[in-house]
Amino acid sequence: MGDVAIRVEHLSKKYEIVIGKKRGESGLSERMSQGVQRMLGWGGEGGASSFKREEVWPVRDVSFEVQFGDIVGIIGRNGAGKSTLLKLLSRITEPTSGRAYMHGRVGTLLEVGTGFHPQLTGRDNIYLSGIILGMKKTEIDKKFDEIVDFSGIEKYLDTPVKRYSSGMYVRLAFAVGAHLDPDILIVDEVLAVGDSQFQQKCMNKMHDIGENGRTVIFVSHNMSAVARLCKKAIFLKDGRLIREGLTHEIVGEYLYNSGALTGCREWLDPATAPQDEIVRMCAVRARTGKGIITDAIDLGEAIGVELEYEVLKPGHVLVPNFGFKTDEGVGLFVTNDRDPAWLRRPRPVGRYSSTVWVPGHFFGEGTIVVGGGLIREAPFHEHCDYPEAVAFHTIESHDEITARGDYTGRFSGAIRPLLKWTTNYNSAEGSI
Amino acid sequence: MAHSSPFVVIEPSKGWLDLKFKALWDYRELLYFLAWRDLKARYAQTVMGLAWAVVQPLFMMLVFTIIFNKIARFPSDGIPYPLFIYAALVPWTFFSKSLDRSGFSVVAESNLITKIYFPRLIIPLSATLGGLIDFAIAFLLLIAMMMWFGVLPTWKLVMVPFYLSLTVMASLAVSLWLSALYVKYRDIAAVIPLLIQVWMFASPIVYPISMIPQEWQALYSINPMVGVIGGFRWAILGTPAPDPAMLALNVLTIAVSLIFGMAYFNRMANTFADVI
Repeated sequence: MGDVAIRVEHLSKKYEIVIGKKRGESGLSERMSQGVQRMLGWGGEGGASSFKREEVWPVRDVSFEVQFGDIVGIIGRNGAGKSTLLKLLSRITEPTSGRAYMHGRVGTLLEVGTGFHPQLTGRDNIYLSGIILGMKKTEIDKKFDEIVDFSGIEKYLDTPVKRYSSGMYVRLAFAVGAHLDPDILIVDEVLAVGDSQFQQKCMNKMHDIGENGRTVIFVSHNMSAVARLCKKAIFLKDGRLIREGLTHEIVGEYLYNSGALTGCREWLDPATAPQDEIVRMCAVRARTGKGIITDAIDLGEAIGVELEYEVLKPGHVLVPNFGFKTDEGVGLFVTNDRDPAWLRRPRPVGRYSSTVWVPGHFFGEGTIVVGGGLIREAPFHEHCDYPEAVAFHTIESHDEITARGDYTGRFSGAIRPLLKWTTNYNSAEGSI
Repeated sequence: MAHSSPFVVIEPSKGWLDLKFKALWDYRELLYFLAWRDLKARYAQTVMGLAWAVVQPLFMMLVFTIIFNKIARFPSDGIPYPLFIYAALVPWTFFSKSLDRSGFSVVAESNLITKIYFPRLIIPLSATLGGLIDFAIAFLLLIAMMMWFGVLPTWKLVMVPFYLSLTVMASLAVSLWLSALYVKYRDIAAVIPLLIQVWMFASPIVYPISMIPQEWQALYSINPMVGVIGGFRWAILGTPAPDPAMLALNVLTIAVSLIFGMAYFNRMANTFADVI
């Protein structure tokens, strides 16, 4: 342990794109006419200036190290350079500058079914795809039965794969990829294909690969998949490495950077704040148990949501409240302030901060969106309200006791309480 | 465990003349399997299967015999014209098919190129070498025809492997350029069939080399396929041998274009995935 599997030093990739051009592909005639113009001395700034070349750096000056046995997630928005980085590391394309050192056999799975040929039988495709993915023929001979077993398509082994259902095709294709057994595995969005059962199988397999001390580089848009699978993560933005570290920290940074979701919303300009003549909202913040403002929290930990507000007119009973929902819009619960100190008690003018604490082991994995405001309960009146004020990501940590246990697949449900179970046991003799 | 496993450095490539033979050797199984796949896929769901390998040269032989022998009365160095032309069509078909398949091969495999690493040279190489099976079948038919026409082979037959390897090298030399250029310039799609057609009539296939006027012979022989086809016919049928000096020039031309073709291909291959 402690050995470096991958070392990346100042890796950059540059593309030149032509702007101001009607056709997408470069043709010989353009090249020839440019060449002729250059020969005749029309080049440079003059004649052919309708074509302008612009440099694009999908990956720029990226450096990091990956230890043996680490599973590292690469996150970032579309166009952040994730796929390009993967293509550089798997040698599909060459870097413009910089270096990367890969210690060990590298396997790449950028799609399910690389190298499959529709005309050929399942048997032929196991060999073909296996060889293309980098296995030796003797290796495939040895693992052949295992691959067939894993895919469960034994009956159709000698049928051309074009006659397969898409489910069978994906199963066979993944079975080949799963037996690749490289030292370093590079995986991109493979999990996006197939039904949830298949995705679960993929996740379990990737988890196993990690358990066996293999190094895995994993790119996905699915933040909870990254959080679940990877202990470490790398965050890319505009081709640059913004941060690397433990996944739950990086995921938070990512969500903060993406702008849409934030663990803290403050109205610095009173004019823009949600308000009426009685009360004005100042801020909504999500905090960890230690009081740190966060966008990402371990789902085993308690989370506090704080509402800061200013009472402008005295003599009114005000009840702070929050509504919690998932990012898919599924309502989870509503909570009103039940603090006995202020129950049915008119509030004097001043600045207040009320916090509600949701215990650990309550939310499922995902994004929780919180809206809030201040109301009068009876007769009902809404003083002010801000829907989707803050959001935070709940992540499952690896080391803690969770409702999930050792299971690594899809764990459905918006909430995930850690409940008490009891079992009654009667031994066989006793039951007679 | 780190030290027992392979170690790969990823960096921008330097220099022009890195032919990367070691990578080719490491991936020899892939070369074989791609050629095997092409062959299997090509003849899957066909009734005649491998027999198609001889259909094209056979039909060209029939058509050309009617046009150039029966109508135009071309000479054939004293050899029965069908045999004379078929002996040239066997290597020529290999060459033209190779240009056709290998030239388009890299773009045809764009899905692989954007998804996985392997030495890109494997693609046109397997497309060209896969044609050897077709060549072997067509060659068997040539032997049968010789027996039919009562033309006995001589010791010169041992030179067939030499001329065959020249054919393979010439095919590769041209296809490497074409396939790499085609990735960037789709104009090549129109160039390839045209090139094959013109090149065929610029080579001694339907006519003997002796038909070319003396003053044009030197210029004519710059075409490397003149030496290759002429040599083939000499080795099989005993027609006049190719001029040694011109043959040497042909070999040199083929070798140089092959080496530069490989270098150019490898250089372009580094960014195939970006351009394709």
